[in-house]
Amino acid sequence: MALVTAERDLRLDLFRGIALWLIFLDHIPSNAVSWVTIRNYGFSDATEIFVFISGYTAAFVYGRAMRQNGFIVASARILKRAWQIYVAHVFLFAIYLAEIAYVAHSFDNPLYTEEMGVLDFLRNPDVTIIQALLLKFKPVNMDVLPLYIMLLVGFAPALWLLLRAPSLALIASAVLYALADIFGWNIPAYPSGVWVFNPFAWQLLFVFGAWCALGGAKRLEPWLHSRITLGLAVAYLAFAFFVAMTWYFPRVAVYLPRIIGDNIYPIDKTNLDILRILHFLSLAVITINFVPRDWPALRSGWCEPAIICGQHSLAIFCLGVFLAFAGHFVFTEVSNRLLTHVIVSASGIAIMVAAAIVLSWYKSIERGPRPPSIKPGFAGGDA
Amino acid sequence: MRTRAAVLLALAVLTGPAGPARADMPAECRVARHLVEDGLRLPGAAAAIAAKHLNVLVLGAGSSVLPGKGGVNLAYPERLRLALVEALPGVAVTLTTDVTPHRTAAQMAAALALDLEKVKPDLLVWQTGTVDAMEGADTDEFSQALEKGIGAAKAAGAETVLVNAQYSPRTESMIALGNYAEIMRWVAVQHEMPLFDRFAIMKLWADFGTFDFFSATKNLDMAGRVHDCIGQLLAALVVDAAKPEAPPVSGGQ
Repeated sequence: MALVTAERDLRLDLFRGIALWLIFLDHIPSNAVSWVTIRNYGFSDATEIFVFISGYTAAFVYGRAMRQNGFIVASARILKRAWQIYVAHVFLFAIYLAEIAYVAHSFDNPLYTEEMGVLDFLRNPDVTIIQALLLKFKPVNMDVLPLYIMLLVGFAPALWLLLRAPSLALIASAVLYALADIFGWNIPAYPSGVWVFNPFAWQLLFVFGAWCALGGAKRLEPWLHSRITLGLAVAYLAFAFFVAMTWYFPRVAVYLPRIIGDNIYPIDKTNLDILRILHFLSLAVITINFVPRDWPALRSGWCEPAIICGQHSLAIFCLGVFLAFAGHFVFTEVSNRLLTHVIVSASGIAIMVAAAIVLSWYKSIERGPRPPSIKPGFAGGDA
Repeated sequence: MRTRAAVLLALAVLTGPAGPARADMPAECRVARHLVEDGLRLPGAAAAIAAKHLNVLVLGAGSSVLPGKGGVNLAYPERLRLALVEALPGVAVTLTTDVTPHRTAAQMAAALALDLEKVKPDLLVWQTGTVDAMEGADTDEFSQALEKGIGAAKAAGAETVLVNAQYSPRTESMIALGNYAEIMRWVAVQHEMPLFDRFAIMKLWADFGTFDFFSATKNLDMAGRVHDCIGQLLAALVVDAAKPEAPPVSGGQ
């Protein structure tokens, strides 16, 4: 079997970096700047991009490992990665606790007696912290990492099958998605409900990304570049854009036929609604058609900030979650003016880029220069 | 932003909203007046008003009440009643509350059956969503609970107005309201019934600087004014929706 020797596709890093920025902007509550993010103009958001690319890079890195060193070694590396993400998640939870404890201590207003009840769990930290360690307590905006941990825990057998019978693996993934939908499978959460990102549903996008990395993208090539596919993708994006406009302009809503509304809503993020998948696929088709692999801008300085963030995605993702907490803190404690939103958003992204540069520098001094083709990404062997 | 808010506030005072709002609704309430004009109808409430007796039931959790001794009189259900009495001269308005803090939609839907039997309301004002979001309740169960409550009210001859969660900037990074707010919006659309978008209204006030929701205080002053406005805007929504000559929904005018 041939080794994957192709040079790393910088588009993956670029779009994952951009997705990290968008996730950061969306995670700051009531951030005025988040109107720029794609979730406002259609069905899918940066999460889809992130999960798909992470599936792609995971297959790229561990697919090579599994071919070279066998199932056991590759599985061990995948599980080590899952453990690293778990540790990152617990670290973020500690920051979350600190923020909550501060608010609980400093804020009181009779208007919000009910809402302050959310801080009650501080009274029985024994239960909450254990539930958080079990990944069952779900702090706001901290749902992506538990999803990742689950996706990686299940990835080794999926990868084994992907390397032997890629089509079968993709079909199995789709069947799991369908079964989860039919039977309502998800992971229970604490104190009630289920996981915000259902791993049984979201695995489809991760496996699809992996399938593309292991030769699927090549097989799709003629389809991806056909005018019909492109036309369908554009039409679907236009439709999603129109539907999105009805969310903000009720007057537009009267032009949306009732039968369409009845059939598309609710657009379920938890279970990765098919409309969201189609929206992501349309975006991907258009991207592939207009941003070629050898796009000159990828090597110019303009894309470098996003690319470097995409190359250190675990660390930058965690930093983004922390910066979103901090940004919200600035809004509540310092100023909530529009200018503050712009400054906080821009400096957050600047900090993410700066951190990514520092991480690259660390990597270079710890290892010495290495060819870019074996730089692992978010799902890679190390960050 | 404050300047813009002041200008808008002045405009709102000068021109007033379209439609005959109560002349004495304070300007601070009225800046959000347009957010309760969705053109949806409440024919049952209209009939009750025509029959000179409107019976309202408010079903809610902790954000439908204010703490302390005078809390009940300051909270929006009582302000709603007073505003309805004033806006509907000659109509006997009765309002009953079933408000208990920290209840999910499912718990309230379960309590509703008994309320409907006892009160026999023409109109149900149902505030929910906050506690479900705090507990991270299953969204399917949340929407089923809404359907169950609305269905029970309909069977008992009552129309429903849903009231969504408050805008609470301090706890925004701890309570994920998004999914629950969307479900409430969607359920309201499907049943063609009004949704009182308390979140959007309070967000507007925060953006305009009408109220400072960040202030840490035990004082009920601001909370009382906010609830008064919510009561008055709710009354405006009900009165508009029950008006026989109001334009049809699809006109979009």
